[in-house]
Amino acid sequence: MDLNLKFLPLTGLSVWIGLLVLPFVGFRQAALIAAAILFGGLLWSAAIRISRSARRSPRIRMLLDETERFIRTLVARRPAARHPVFLFGIVTGLLIIGPLGMNNYMIDVLTLAGIYIVLALGLNIVVGMAGLLDLGYISFYAIGAYSYALLSTRLGISFWAALPLGGLAAAAFGVVLGVITLRLRGDYLAIVTLGFIQIVHLVLNNWDRVTNGPNGILNIGRPAIGPFVFSQPIHFYYLILAIVSLTILAVNRLSRSRIGRAWIAIREDEVAAQAMGVDTTRLKILAFALGAFWAGIAGVFFAGKFAFVSPESFTFFESVIVLSMVVLGGMGSIPGVVLGALIVVILPEVLREFAGYRMLVFGAALVLMMVFRPQGLIGNPRWRIELRPPGEDLKTQGRSSVNGGADV
Amino acid sequence: MLLQQIVNGLALGAVYALIALGYTMVYGILELINFAHGEIYMIGAYLGILLLTFFTTVGLTQNHLALSLFLVFIGSAVYCAGYGLTLERVAYRPLRHANRLSPLISAIGMSIFLQNYVMLAQGSTDKVFPHVLTSEPIILLGVPVSPLQIFIILTSILLMTGLHLFVKKTRLGKAMRATAQDKRMAGLVGVDINRVIAITFVIGSVLAAAAGVMVAIYYGLVNFFIGYVAGIKAFTAAVLGGIGNIPGAMLGGFILGLVESLGASYISSEYKDVFAFLILIVVLILRPSGLLGEKISEKV
Repeated sequence: MDLNLKFLPLTGLSVWIGLLVLPFVGFRQAALIAAAILFGGLLWSAAIRISRSARRSPRIRMLLDETERFIRTLVARRPAARHPVFLFGIVTGLLIIGPLGMNNYMIDVLTLAGIYIVLALGLNIVVGMAGLLDLGYISFYAIGAYSYALLSTRLGISFWAALPLGGLAAAAFGVVLGVITLRLRGDYLAIVTLGFIQIVHLVLNNWDRVTNGPNGILNIGRPAIGPFVFSQPIHFYYLILAIVSLTILAVNRLSRSRIGRAWIAIREDEVAAQAMGVDTTRLKILAFALGAFWAGIAGVFFAGKFAFVSPESFTFFESVIVLSMVVLGGMGSIPGVVLGALIVVILPEVLREFAGYRMLVFGAALVLMMVFRPQGLIGNPRWRIELRPPGEDLKTQGRSSVNGGADV
Repeated sequence: MLLQQIVNGLALGAVYALIALGYTMVYGILELINFAHGEIYMIGAYLGILLLTFFTTVGLTQNHLALSLFLVFIGSAVYCAGYGLTLERVAYRPLRHANRLSPLISAIGMSIFLQNYVMLAQGSTDKVFPHVLTSEPIILLGVPVSPLQIFIILTSILLMTGLHLFVKKTRLGKAMRATAQDKRMAGLVGVDINRVIAITFVIGSVLAAAAGVMVAIYYGLVNFFIGYVAGIKAFTAAVLGGIGNIPGAMLGGFILGLVESLGASYISSEYKDVFAFLILIVVLILRPSGLLGEKISEKV
């Protein structure tokens, strides 16, 4: 039986992993991990077998088809599914009225999710649309936050004036980074941006005179309209809701524009795009600048909301978290990225007791998504075509180009 | 003072060079930055401390110091090789034909995963080991030098020479060079590509393990995040020397170690970590093929 054949490699795998983790976790835990892999694997293969044989049986097949048809008619009858405007109205209404019934903690979580949606949508411009792997993205978030912190505490500039200024400051740094890295290929770019976040972090920590070092900047002014000062969590919720809506609108228009199509062309084949007359240099810098702009906006909001910034909020790990939102949801897909951000922010809040495992799970998720579902949860159709591993006939035709002159 | 700093720089550079070799070999064959390589080095360092502690508890270190050190090196190397093999099999092999971005993201995921795995298993505080090795400084040319530093420099030169001979003289080394030049052609003439790639990961991991163990013995403490910074710096060393080029990685490692050691003592110790990144950026802009690398035009 197939199940018996699966047993041997699974035993091998579980013993192998058990041995690998042994010196780190001790005998008991290693045995537990090995057993978990063995039984999990057996259950999984059994489940696959059963579902396969079930699908082959005509009676169950008929049942499945029947269910599917039923769901289809049910969905089709709903007015919401037929009228996107109606659906849009419901969602908007829920987003505006829903939080009124929530406690402050839940509203804060949603606000945080909003910040990350803006960040993830900005990173999506760089990684998802233009295909440039930027690992230092959080440094632009830091620049936005520190711009407002300094403008507010030193010059007393208001939140509303600082919002575009912070975005522009971040975009300016984006242009600088873009100009520096524009000659680099994908993987070099990743490592230079990684170095960039490290430099920004070190400067924030050590340039005491301006950034107040690790202690951060306190008493940043809160946003206000006339005599009304934003103080309650719900105020900030509506503010970020407005910013998120604006971001989605802008990014959506951008992705359908001439610029957006040019980015996709660069992502899919830079040389071909250049040959077709796309100004790749200018557009890559533009991708960096626009991505950074949104990070700057998110940073200003962050500083306004918490009235405090410190270097600890802007680490490489934050970059990885935002990247995992984009990857999880689907690179290049705006609804996907929004969903990804919501999952990554809200799930750990729900599973509080596993908080320590958060980064472990994100790391594993990045690997698993790339191996099993590179297009993300809600993939962009264009990405789906590109990311699909080429068929056998394509496989032999290249992609395996290894630099000729390299000496190993 | 200056001579002392040079010795420090060389010892540091030797460690960078050993890690850089892993980056450069994998890049030479797969054109992939193995972001998780720094984590293999960190795991090697942890195993060094764990095994030393174990051998001290059973009393081996006190009576047979050389033997127990040898066993620590072997044990750590075997384990790191295991981790390297698993890493390649799980995170990279399924993505060998995917687009460029996928293996990179997978590599970052693996790096984060391994870091947090070690943190969860061993705690986030420094893992300390009491110095067993008396490091009475030797006076060399009028400068006090720690024997451990000499040991680090000599061991890494030995390992690097061994690697160089392996790649240049053995049949397997030839297969590796062939694979680096053209995977498909090498496969056609009978090289088992999967095996060569696996062996590349094993060799890189063993060298990283050696670096990790030496650092663990030298400082007497490890932490789960040491692989991150060391990884970026070693990668810088590989790029500086010319990525894909083995002597280049060694040269780059030593140069970087010297720059960092001298920069920290004469310019600013707070910004010591910035030097590596600045070098990386400057090299990539002015001479992307590195000091010893050949100019490579991108294939279409």
